Amino acid sequence: MPAQIIETNSAPFNQVAVDPVTLDIMENALRNARIEMDATLVRTAMSPGIREQGDAFPLIADRAGKMVVGQFGSFIDGFLRAYPGTIEEGDMIFLSDPYSCDGAVSHNNDWLVLLPVYRGGRLVAWTAMFGHQSDIGGKVAGSIPIDSRSVFEEGVRIPPVKIYQKGVYNEEMVKVVLHQSRKPDWCAADLNALIASCRVAARRVDEMCARFGEDEFASATDLLLARNHRAMKHLIETSIGEEPVSFTDYICDDGVGFGPYKISCKMWREGGKVILDFEGTDPQAPSSINFFLNENMFKMFFGIYMIMVFDPQILFNDGFYDLVDVRIPEGSLLKPKYPAALAGRTHALGRIFDILGGLLGQRQPEFLNGAGFSSSPHLMYSGFDKSGEWFQLFQIGFGGIPGRPFGDGPDGHSLWPGFTNVPNEFLEKYFPLRIERYEAKPDSGGAGLFRGGNGIHMTYCFLEPGTVAIHDDRWFTYPWGVNGGQPGDRATKILERADGSKEVVGNKQDGIEVREGDLLHFITWGGGGWGNPLERDPELVALEIRQGLVTVEGARDYGVVIAKDGSVDGPATESLRKDMADNIVETDGPFNFGPDIDTLRANCLAETGLPAPVQPGSAAA
Amino acid sequence: MGYRLGVDVGGTFTDLLLIDETTGETFRDKVPSTPSDPSQAVINGARGLCERQNIAAGQIDLFLHGTTVATNAVLEKKIAKVGLIVTEGHRHLMQIARSLVPGGLAAWIIWPKPEPMAALQRTIEAPERMDAKGQTVRALDEAEMRSRLEKLKASEEVEALTICLMNSYVDGSHEKAVAAICAEVFPDIPISISSDILPEMQEYERALTTVANSAVRPAVARYVGNLEKELKDWGTKAKLNLLRSDGGLMSAEKSAEAPVNLLMSGPAGGVAGAVWVAKSASVKNVLTLDMGGTSTDVALIEAGSARLQRETSVGDLNVRASSIDVKTVGAGGGSIAFVPELTKALRVGPESAGAVPGPVAYGKGGELPTVTDANVVLGYLPESLLGGSFTLDREGAQKAVQTIADALEIDLMDAAAGIIDIVNENMFGALRLVSVQQGYDPRDFALMGFGGAGPLHANAMGKLMNSWPVIIPPSPGVLCAYGDATTRQRVETQRSFNEMVQNTTDGELTSYLDSLGAQVKQELEAEDVAPRDIELLYEIDIRYAGQAFEIPLSVEPEGLSIESLITRFDTEHERLFTFNLDETPHEIVNVRAVALGKSADVAPPVIEKGDADPSDAKTRDHQLYMDGRMQDAVIYDRALLKAGNRIAGPAIVTEMDSTTLVHSGCEALVDAHGNLIITLLEGA
Repeated sequence: MPAQIIETNSAPFNQVAVDPVTLDIMENALRNARIEMDATLVRTAMSPGIREQGDAFPLIADRAGKMVVGQFGSFIDGFLRAYPGTIEEGDMIFLSDPYSCDGAVSHNNDWLVLLPVYRGGRLVAWTAMFGHQSDIGGKVAGSIPIDSRSVFEEGVRIPPVKIYQKGVYNEEMVKVVLHQSRKPDWCAADLNALIASCRVAARRVDEMCARFGEDEFASATDLLLARNHRAMKHLIETSIGEEPVSFTDYICDDGVGFGPYKISCKMWREGGKVILDFEGTDPQAPSSINFFLNENMFKMFFGIYMIMVFDPQILFNDGFYDLVDVRIPEGSLLKPKYPAALAGRTHALGRIFDILGGLLGQRQPEFLNGAGFSSSPHLMYSGFDKSGEWFQLFQIGFGGIPGRPFGDGPDGHSLWPGFTNVPNEFLEKYFPLRIERYEAKPDSGGAGLFRGGNGIHMTYCFLEPGTVAIHDDRWFTYPWGVNGGQPGDRATKILERADGSKEVVGNKQDGIEVREGDLLHFITWGGGGWGNPLERDPELVALEIRQGLVTVEGARDYGVVIAKDGSVDGPATESLRKDMADNIVETDGPFNFGPDIDTLRANCLAETGLPAPVQPGSAAA
Repeated sequence: MGYRLGVDVGGTFTDLLLIDETTGETFRDKVPSTPSDPSQAVINGARGLCERQNIAAGQIDLFLHGTTVATNAVLEKKIAKVGLIVTEGHRHLMQIARSLVPGGLAAWIIWPKPEPMAALQRTIEAPERMDAKGQTVRALDEAEMRSRLEKLKASEEVEALTICLMNSYVDGSHEKAVAAICAEVFPDIPISISSDILPEMQEYERALTTVANSAVRPAVARYVGNLEKELKDWGTKAKLNLLRSDGGLMSAEKSAEAPVNLLMSGPAGGVAGAVWVAKSASVKNVLTLDMGGTSTDVALIEAGSARLQRETSVGDLNVRASSIDVKTVGAGGGSIAFVPELTKALRVGPESAGAVPGPVAYGKGGELPTVTDANVVLGYLPESLLGGSFTLDREGAQKAVQTIADALEIDLMDAAAGIIDIVNENMFGALRLVSVQQGYDPRDFALMGFGGAGPLHANAMGKLMNSWPVIIPPSPGVLCAYGDATTRQRVETQRSFNEMVQNTTDGELTSYLDSLGAQVKQELEAEDVAPRDIELLYEIDIRYAGQAFEIPLSVEPEGLSIESLITRFDTEHERLFTFNLDETPHEIVNVRAVALGKSADVAPPVIEKGDADPSDAKTRDHQLYMDGRMQDAVIYDRALLKAGNRIAGPAIVTEMDSTTLVHSGCEALVDAHGNLIITLLEGA
């Protein structure tokens, strides 16, 4: 049974004319309200994941729950369909369980707060915000066990409940929830921050209604949705063909020995409608790498990629949803069956963007970038320090942004919107560690006319014994290059013990015990290159050697020979480039994925120091 | 007692204001600016003014000056080649920055790769390490450091050096040791040390701020040097002081060492002037709207002082240096209006026609419709400007705005009014950032419009914000000169404290404050400020432990009580964010001391008194489009207005370098000092 919305004022909203200028003003005001939500959140949140890194997502929706501003699309519709209770003025909804909101949030760590905005007894809008909690209990610190077999091992699960009921705060319920966490203080502050953000936006909506009128506000949100519909319709009809194109990429492994997992998507247009079909995607994994992908969220991702190039000033909203049909097979990695584990979904979430890029770019070279959305590398470190205090760090790392049609990819930057790194001095002040190295790893970005961004080589020196968990991907398959560009380097993690011994550790591994003085080299993947590296200006290659971004050895990937004094050896470069041009291996289509899966598997141990993952579905692991 | 001279360099005019410190009497002048070398207009203007008033060069004690030299160096990328020395293992500090890609999801697709302000090939590593407690983990290898510096010198051109080592905010001794070697290897190059410029946690922000300091140092040093030389040649012993971004003044020597504090010197002059005008108009709380050709600066003045922030932004550069909390939006008279094919939405800016080609109405080759053109179409800007020396191309403006009307399928006047509404809305967004978002209610504030276009839009902004009265001070350039001349010398220092309140005591905090206070007092005394004229202020930044956001609270060392600080923090936190965290401990993050010099006692000029009837100042009758229809209006000449005149809207008041629009339903009163005080009429 769907949610029952209670309004004390039954007067319908009148459809009124809103002139184009007023409409633009309201669009602007909504955009400002969203910025305010972000500002409120990062100022008051406490976990480094939100306050330093910005891992949180705001939304303002119309009264029907359609997103008018935000970035991940609206999940309110899914929530309303599944919620069996009533919604009244003064209520506020709190939830985290992906299975009870149709994947609106995709793992228990993401806490979502939903605020119905009432005015004069009528529901006028929704505001919502979700943010990643650093710890919500469960079997491991950080609450993202890679090897969990069901969602029950992944910390507290919050079904949709009223954190405020008709204005009354449900303190007891919150107490129970916070009690599950290893870091209740962070959770309490972050939850307050989510609530404060929703309230700020609700206040702005209220002010807009007062300024322009409630009917005008309701009509304006309709018009904004319609404007977006119109724009997307035009884009889809002019840039998506009826002939299907498909693209396949992989998640390297599942943390329990199987891999790689295939994600396939086929795209075609039927009339004005585009179909995105994930048939051919591998079945769900036994561990937590499953990604419960909400269809509407994927529509939003698709829409944003489409629009980014044409009118980046446009406000993304849900208006175009009926133009896109997303089909995801039941029981697949992207639509796992309850109670499949979900905590480690970040890798598939990232890979979805590489797939979108690969799909759209096949017809539109202006869209085509190398691969870069390869994962969201996580590092977790926890334990008790010498004074008996519990410490716990959850940190998101970054790789390289791929080479793009107009230039190089930035080194060690975030592909996620609004994310920042944690200042190393902050880490050293508040956690028992020292960052001995924090640099772009030379040559790790794929060679190309436009180089892929380098990954980061970060070396942690642990100053207290503790437990470390590492979650990353693209250690087995390569971040692919395009249009002649080469793939970026793969990720690797090396533990250098205080006694000098070294071992390669897994890229999805929990429970690594470290001692004082141990070093962890946390090295992320580079971005794929764009275009023929032999066309890159040799002087730029030489400059990047002086900058520590490329090595003399790596310059040879560009066909550039460097003399002893650091300058370009012109004649040697010319002859090397000629040789290389003669021996160029044509790739099938614009993509260079590196070696095929069988070859990767055969060379895995020798190249990566790790055993090859076993084909999913086969008996042995 | 002698004279102090305030000079403001604008794009078109350089304004000068001479103040007799004994009588408070003022003398003003205005000369054309000399953009290629701004100091020419400054010196020549000053000489001319003094000669006319029969004041000898030697009688001037203080020379006070707001400058955009540092700002322009950054915006025009005419900055020094900076060598940067960082801790080993962190060479790509500036390259990786904070890893942030601005914009929403997929924004990385279109975001250009930024080039760091200190080029990587000029960034080298220091073999040393200090930990977060200030303990040396690895001592500096001096021989190795020297050899790396020599290699840098041999291979790269370096014009300024920056040193920023890990954890130097706790202990700067490693940086000083590196600096000593730098001074030997590079004897003629200015060296900026991060623990001097910004002893605060966060290595990237500290490095960037220090690099920015190095980057503008040669340009500022050159400018200050020229100015000092010319002053000397002229025969004055006046001490040269420059206006800092935070609205205080600093000595020429200090400016040359820490020019990062000058990045917002220009806008600070306007706000400082607004503070002074507000005082003369007996208004305590003011929102300022400084609208120029390409952008608009807004700020908030509360209880007579401008709200400060702990950062300064210029273009894409964002550094940690105190500045007046000025928000800038890309909305100005030259902002271009357009309608994207795909969405059919009306957009205005941030693209600007600038001074060249400028708005269509200026007839300098501009073809795209701008905000100024919309103002011309609506009749808000009469055809002749600058006292008739400049005529506007009304037909051209109409033609350009018609393209917008056609794209939106609406009437010409509605299109023009739409452009104005959108640009006002953009400024409204900025004003909200400094007011509502900081927890201030704009209805408690007056609104002051200045800059070339501010007086045209201020009345509309007052209506949008519900901020009354709207104040239009005379001539925008003079306003800045007043700001320059009437502010005080200022020295500030800040250190990280980073202690939970339960781990410190009132006594410990007090003695920390006292030591900082003594330091800034001494610095100001070194600039010849008499001890009795020095005022000391203290601030403490507090946050909930674990939060990123600190709330600055002003304190007195005497009788300081941490407990009462906590209560004040909680009140402020609740005002800003609607909640408190009862079980979370409070952390004292930073401690700051400010020493202020003496302010000038300047009486505002008084204009001739008249009665309510302004008709003596009437230029002619006029028609303009407002509230959806053509209306009769009157144009007045500001120079002829008398105190007590009341102007009913709609009306236009012109002066040499700006035009004021009074809306229908509003009335402008000319006050004793020539300010226009616009209020909403009852029932309107």
